[in-house]
Amino acid sequence: MTRKQKRLAIIGGGMSFILAAALLVMFAFGQSIAYFYMPADLAKTSVPPETRIRLGGLVEKGSVARGEGSTVSFAVTDNENTVKVTYTGILPDLFREGQGVVTEGKFIAGSDVFVADSVLAKHDENYMPKEVADRLKEQGVWEGQEQTQ
Amino acid sequence: MSVELGHYALVLALATAIVLSILPIWGAWRGDRPLMELATSGSLALFGLVAFAFAVLTQAHLASDFSVKNVWENSHSLVPFIFKFSGVWGNHEGSMLLWLLILVFFSALVAIFGRNLPDTLRANVLAVPAWGATAFPLFILVTPNPFSRLNPAPPEGPDPNPGAQDGGPPIHPPLPFLGYVGSFRRLSFSLARLMEGRIDAAWARWVRPWTLAAWTFLTAGIAMGSYWAYYELGWGGWWFWDPVENASFMPWLAGTALLHSAIVMEKREALKIWTILLAILTFSLSLLGTFLVRSGVLTSVHAFATDPSRGIFILCILVLFIGGALALFAFRAPQLNSGGLFAPISREGALVLNNLILTVSTATVLIGTLYPLLLESLTGEKISVGPPFFNMTFGLLMIPLLLAVPFGPLLAWKRGDLLGALQRLYVAAGLAFFVALVFYYIENGGPVMAVLGLAAGLFLVFGAVSDLWFRAGIGKQAMGVAWRRLVGLPRSAFGTALAHMGLGITVLGIVAVTTFETEHVVEMKPGMTAEAGGYTLAFDGMRSAVGPNYTEDRGHFTVSRGGATVADVWSSKRLYTARRMPTTEAGILTFGTSQLYVSLGDPMADGGIVVRIWWKPYILCIWGGALVMMFGGFVSLSDRRLRVGAPSRRAKPVKAALEAGE
Repeated sequence: MTRKQKRLAIIGGGMSFILAAALLVMFAFGQSIAYFYMPADLAKTSVPPETRIRLGGLVEKGSVARGEGSTVSFAVTDNENTVKVTYTGILPDLFREGQGVVTEGKFIAGSDVFVADSVLAKHDENYMPKEVADRLKEQGVWEGQEQTQ
Repeated sequence: MSVELGHYALVLALATAIVLSILPIWGAWRGDRPLMELATSGSLALFGLVAFAFAVLTQAHLASDFSVKNVWENSHSLVPFIFKFSGVWGNHEGSMLLWLLILVFFSALVAIFGRNLPDTLRANVLAVPAWGATAFPLFILVTPNPFSRLNPAPPEGPDPNPGAQDGGPPIHPPLPFLGYVGSFRRLSFSLARLMEGRIDAAWARWVRPWTLAAWTFLTAGIAMGSYWAYYELGWGGWWFWDPVENASFMPWLAGTALLHSAIVMEKREALKIWTILLAILTFSLSLLGTFLVRSGVLTSVHAFATDPSRGIFILCILVLFIGGALALFAFRAPQLNSGGLFAPISREGALVLNNLILTVSTATVLIGTLYPLLLESLTGEKISVGPPFFNMTFGLLMIPLLLAVPFGPLLAWKRGDLLGALQRLYVAAGLAFFVALVFYYIENGGPVMAVLGLAAGLFLVFGAVSDLWFRAGIGKQAMGVAWRRLVGLPRSAFGTALAHMGLGITVLGIVAVTTFETEHVVEMKPGMTAEAGGYTLAFDGMRSAVGPNYTEDRGHFTVSRGGATVADVWSSKRLYTARRMPTTEAGILTFGTSQLYVSLGDPMADGGIVVRIWWKPYILCIWGGALVMMFGGFVSLSDRRLRVGAPSRRAKPVKAALEAGE
């Protein structure tokens, strides 16, 4: 191999690695991105079952009910629409009725109950997950004060 | 009164920094010695002023002086002493002040110990960080200021975030800061050298200690952060691909790449342009990290400073520094001639492969972190990119790197012998595979792929050992000779072997814990038992307790194995009274490198409580490996070849003698 061919081989090898990585990133995005919805969005558009999404809103007051073992059901609302959620596991410390929450999971075919496999409620007592706060402000149902911390 | 003195000191520091950032460079350009000398005294003065300001703030925190807004917001008179102390940097303003303190401290070190650097270089190297030292006090003074007072002074503070009240935070934030500032220091060497238009092997030797130190501290910071999240959040996870974690992980990846490309540059004078670019990129990623953490643009567990004005300010600093550095780079890059040629299969080739994989994987992490932000600002759609994305992309990209690592040190410079390296490594590879199979058999379970993962980790460990083995010529030489050769190896060879070994241990821990971990979520009433990892946990009941600033419900578990009691553990839910904020304090029991992790959930109506029990086999290997990597970093750092200006120190007396003789 001449020096030129060698250099071409190295550059070609590097480029194909970068290309492979780019394809991998694209593939992974297709597989694992979860779109964020509020209950009001779900009233307008329907999400196909078994698609991973994030559902955010406020935990409806009086909706939290404990079932068998560690299964909990509650409702997420944005004061326009409400979606029932079930979750098996331990709820975060800051999960409370009337507080903001983001859940991740999917709808099971033939049911309108959202099955969450993760529930996030954040560190601070007046913390509202950013996505939820933004949307609540847009819809004019924002009640909390601005985050000062 | 004293707080105002601190404020005043910070204003003076700003003024000093402005002078320091301009005059020495002017002096270096004009060849004006007194102006260049200003860099040394200015750096020391700057350090003194910032240290004073920091001491004043610390004093206010320790004395719980609630007339100071910063203290009131972040402290409480009942908080234990150590957390009053860490409260100084447990908040946004204080942490910026700490950043600044570390920055000027390093400058002062260079000013004192860098006497043997060439004058112009020293002037520039001290002046460049002064730009940063100008930006940060301005930032601290203009946006909410830690020295502002409250009138009237409230009697009591609202308590710092309970998550920050444990062993981690006192040392956790300073460590990545040390890393970030180290990369700033390296950048200042790069820029100073670029200004002079001289990028050579000497440059690589000067920046290497800083690169190493930055990398070592960042490794420590990331490992600490990960362990903190693991035991404090009570979720049992040790890495969440949270934006803030990524923010410190990206400079680490890029810094690791830089560490390796700088070797090529030092030894072979090749890859110059790339190395400088990488230095700029690593620094940019550190600043980006600060921006992401401080601006609150991304939802994160760390988002404790969500003030848009701060975000914009940091973004401005970011654009100014990165833009300026890249512009200088573009201006000077054509003048850098590249050095030695090398074959694809060679030490250089292996290091280029390392750089390629590390930078590409840094890019994937960056894309995954920023894509939601980008998409939201472009289309308004909100998405989340979760761990599956990172595991798939980053995880797959790392595999070739892990397999290639043991080959690197065994290849010769310029033209390596892959077959020879293979022959030297087949024992290590075979042994790794065998041990992995034994592991898999003992733990009986998990996907077969786990064997390959374990083998990859073990291959790294054994590969590092065989590198030292062959270098010393054990088995070929007489025992005494081999021993002398082993002891005589440069410290950096041991550093390399240790760092690679540490990586292997971490990989081993990650694979083992993801494969063999078990998790049980059970509802327990007093007297009930649960099984995990071969241990039996008996729940004895709940008890209430009161701490200095919290109340807690503690559950007691007796742990036994084969009928014999081996340990007991408390797991609790705390309520921090001042903020009405609950936290989970997981009960963690360590058996060798494995852990039993017990976390309490909600009490049930019928008197039971939901308990989550994890068996985490070999999990301590993850952080143990990081410790070994750090140790490797320190060993490498102690190599005398890397001391600042070490060769010229010896040269000086000769020169002095010549001058005296004239």
